[in-house]
Amino acid sequence: MGQYMPEEKKTANDFEWIGKSWDQLDAMAKAKGETCYADDLFLPRMLYAKMLRSPHPHARIKNIDLTKALKRRGVIAALTGRDVPIPFGILPVSQDEEALCVEKVRMIGDPVAAIAAIDEETAEAALEDIVVEYELLPSILSIEDGLKQLEELELVAPDVPADAQIHAYADSGNIHKQVALEFGDTDAGFAEADHLREELYYYEGNTHLPMEQHASVAQHGADGRVTLWSSTQTPHYVHRALAKVLEMPTSQIRVIATPVGGGFGGKTDPFQHEIVVCKLAMMTGRPVKMTLTREEVFYTHRGRHPVLMWVKAGIKSDGSITALHFRNFLDGGAYGSYGVASTFYTGALQTVTYPIANYKFEAMRVFTNKAPCGPKRGHGTPQPRFALEVLLDKFAEDLGLDPTELRLRHLMPDNSLTVNHLTVTTNGLGECLHKVTEASGFQQRRNESSPGKGLGLGCGSYLSGAGLPIYWNKMPHSGVQIKIDRGGGVTVFCGSTDIGQGSNSVLAGIVAEELGIHLKHVIVVTSDTDLTPVDLGSYSSRVTLMTGNAAIAAARPLREQILSAASEVLKIPAEELTISNGKVGQLNGSGEPVSFVDAVQWAEAKFGTLGSVGSYTPPRRGGKFKGAGVGPSPNYSYSACVAEVTCDPESGLYRVDKLWLAHDIGQAINEKLVIGQVEGGAYMGLSEAMMEEQVYRTGNSASSGGSGPAGLHKIPSMLDYKSLTSLDMPEVETILVETNDPEGPYGAKEAGQGPLLPIMPAIANAIYNAVGVRVDEVPITAEKIFQGLQDLKKGKSGRVGPKKFPSITFPEALRVEPPQ
Amino acid sequence: MKQLLSLKINGELHEVWTSTHKTLLEVLREDLQLTGTKHGCELGECGACTVLIEGEPVLACLILPVEVQESDIQTIEGLAESGSSTAELKPHPLQTAFAEQGASQCGYCSPGMLMTAKAFLDKNSKSDSKKPIDRQEIRNALSGNLCRCTGYSKIIEAVEQVVEEIQNGAVHA
Repeated sequence: MGQYMPEEKKTANDFEWIGKSWDQLDAMAKAKGETCYADDLFLPRMLYAKMLRSPHPHARIKNIDLTKALKRRGVIAALTGRDVPIPFGILPVSQDEEALCVEKVRMIGDPVAAIAAIDEETAEAALEDIVVEYELLPSILSIEDGLKQLEELELVAPDVPADAQIHAYADSGNIHKQVALEFGDTDAGFAEADHLREELYYYEGNTHLPMEQHASVAQHGADGRVTLWSSTQTPHYVHRALAKVLEMPTSQIRVIATPVGGGFGGKTDPFQHEIVVCKLAMMTGRPVKMTLTREEVFYTHRGRHPVLMWVKAGIKSDGSITALHFRNFLDGGAYGSYGVASTFYTGALQTVTYPIANYKFEAMRVFTNKAPCGPKRGHGTPQPRFALEVLLDKFAEDLGLDPTELRLRHLMPDNSLTVNHLTVTTNGLGECLHKVTEASGFQQRRNESSPGKGLGLGCGSYLSGAGLPIYWNKMPHSGVQIKIDRGGGVTVFCGSTDIGQGSNSVLAGIVAEELGIHLKHVIVVTSDTDLTPVDLGSYSSRVTLMTGNAAIAAARPLREQILSAASEVLKIPAEELTISNGKVGQLNGSGEPVSFVDAVQWAEAKFGTLGSVGSYTPPRRGGKFKGAGVGPSPNYSYSACVAEVTCDPESGLYRVDKLWLAHDIGQAINEKLVIGQVEGGAYMGLSEAMMEEQVYRTGNSASSGGSGPAGLHKIPSMLDYKSLTSLDMPEVETILVETNDPEGPYGAKEAGQGPLLPIMPAIANAIYNAVGVRVDEVPITAEKIFQGLQDLKKGKSGRVGPKKFPSITFPEALRVEPPQ
Repeated sequence: MKQLLSLKINGELHEVWTSTHKTLLEVLREDLQLTGTKHGCELGECGACTVLIEGEPVLACLILPVEVQESDIQTIEGLAESGSSTAELKPHPLQTAFAEQGASQCGYCSPGMLMTAKAFLDKNSKSDSKKPIDRQEIRNALSGNLCRCTGYSKIIEAVEQVVEEIQNGAVHA
């Protein structure tokens, strides 16, 4: 039992479940409204909690007076940061959050106090009774201001420049993190190039907008243990954070991830409300629930970082990239969150699609007094991928090459190392490109000159789980336990968290496949820290590959035990037996098969209670340099997209007519769910390509976006924060490409994030093809296209995008030799 | 101020002693434990709380129960029964189609989406009518219900599946 080894893999092509389509295990429960999300929990004597949030973007807390609030009828308890002062955060290097702010608030919406009351209305009313004295501090609201050194901050804060520093632990001033890496010699690479381009790109921040608002319920039992039900993608990390902040051993805390009503990365951090309900439950001895309002979800955020990019690239006449240099500024918002990882991710995966001979990557993440950014579907990768794929479109034009041809000529080969030491096991991008361009007629149709019609191509690649856990250790990333009941029911326990992507179905399907039984006999128990072995959570597209491999590792020894017992009874060598369709029979088909249930009972008689564990740890890969931890993965998925648009050459208004999207899935486990992930990724990518923006007022005037102070979210509602509706979403033609990767379970790769990546550049390139306007910025709005069209009419370039780039000296790059 | 409300929900009469200013959404979920109806904004923007009142899709977060005391209110919990053609409780064809097509991923928008789809089907699809239902009509009907997971395609296909089933007499809705 134990560790998954790739060579153990089943190679048979005649799977019973793998690659087929079956319903999500809870598909009917969801269609009946029976699925119990966190806010659907009502416990006896339950209290309701609310948090008071700061109206200031940056201020010192002078005093908080709870007296009046506590006197209100129906209020049971109140809390300030002094009661839960221990800082926490998802990454060990940025433990910079507090359950309730202690010394100062760093953004509008930062919570400072909490109330538990007999109902939500009373709790909300009591917030008005709380008196908070603030001393306002200068606020930092842009990348540019965030880059100021302490001495320059004097301009913002003449008296005490340090007052304008959001966190004292930053690398310098408000620069949270700076990175500078060089692989090979980019100067030499640029000197070899036939064509050089130096460009600026900007990608606006946007948010996950899950349909379900975050919600948590905590209970403090008579045994002293705390149970938290929460809408989270990462119960294991929440478990750790609670232990730290509540100063309790993890054995005294149980975290249960309730079905997540939409995550997309937005429920991957441990959150303030999760800690507050636990603390209030402990204070009151009663269950406490908190459900965030939609406006509060916008403050909780952790969405896509706004990134300003400077890119320089050199290319030879044959299209090979001699050198690439990215310089990125990330607007991080008020807290660390996953930001250090996000910063590295804006540089890690540019290299896995096309060989890049020399590569330099510099980045800075700045703290600003806005909601904290973090991981949203694609985490740090969509922004540079957008820039790179638009840049390649421009190079193709420079060289007079078809954009498909340019890419096809230069693909990372299978079993190769990138310049930054990432291992590419299999690369299905070539097949994706062939299929998607053929299905869309890209090469022929893009040169037809129907006015306002355009086709654009984009590609992308994403990792199937990070090679390293968030807190470094040598333990498995995923563990699976299986027990078999005497009636043949198989229960699978795993810490993995189904956030709607269908990870429970994957777990059940793999165990059914391995044990040769029907799916309906597999019961899945997941995401409960009391019951399930650790799985790190639903992030970084890791679940199918890692829990899948762990499930195989757990199931195989049980299969062997069952076959061994059957062999004894049937007097047939075990290696001549197999299990399929719930029966144990001979491989050659002769003889009468026996039922799985009989074989299970023989096995229990022979071996005692049947149970098994399996786990998975990714292979140790990547370079030896500082920063090499971000980017390695067991394998990479690849995607290519062709978008067709119709754009009005007068107004710039456009619609997307169709998307063709090919995705290298390695091997689909459940085809229907994979297609769902690909289409969902296409939707989310298109929505952010066209309209989504998490934006804030920058000044106090009406022209900076309505009423309210600087730093206030401009549009914290589902009406004003625009996303695509059923009327806006075009048809998507999904094409799955299977490369049968040696690392994945049965050859599988991820599907949750990669398919989003090619959408944004495909739209930008299609708009250019349609009307000749280059929008080097996301979102690509009609307003920006109109601006480009006006520019074209004046005989100018028609390019819309950032024009200024901060001049700041990066630390000297760490030089790393490319692999031989 | 509290008041005794009399509400007819899924064919059952409920008497609820509750605050008059509570929305129908709050009364359904908090007073009657009918938690199948979801909330995404409580401002009438997302469609997650859609229920049917006299067959019309309405947003429960924008309705006061006092306004609908005389009306037939239908929630997701009552959908299965209404679709049943026999004494045995069967899922509504839309529920089956949603499950089969993979129209729910996280499933949070599904109850509202299903109620909107049911109202649409009831109005536009009759077994004796062979009038084809345009995909655009379905898109129009569902446009007030946001979904962040699926990109809408499987939801639309699930509704189309039921339209076809009704028209060829395979199911009755």
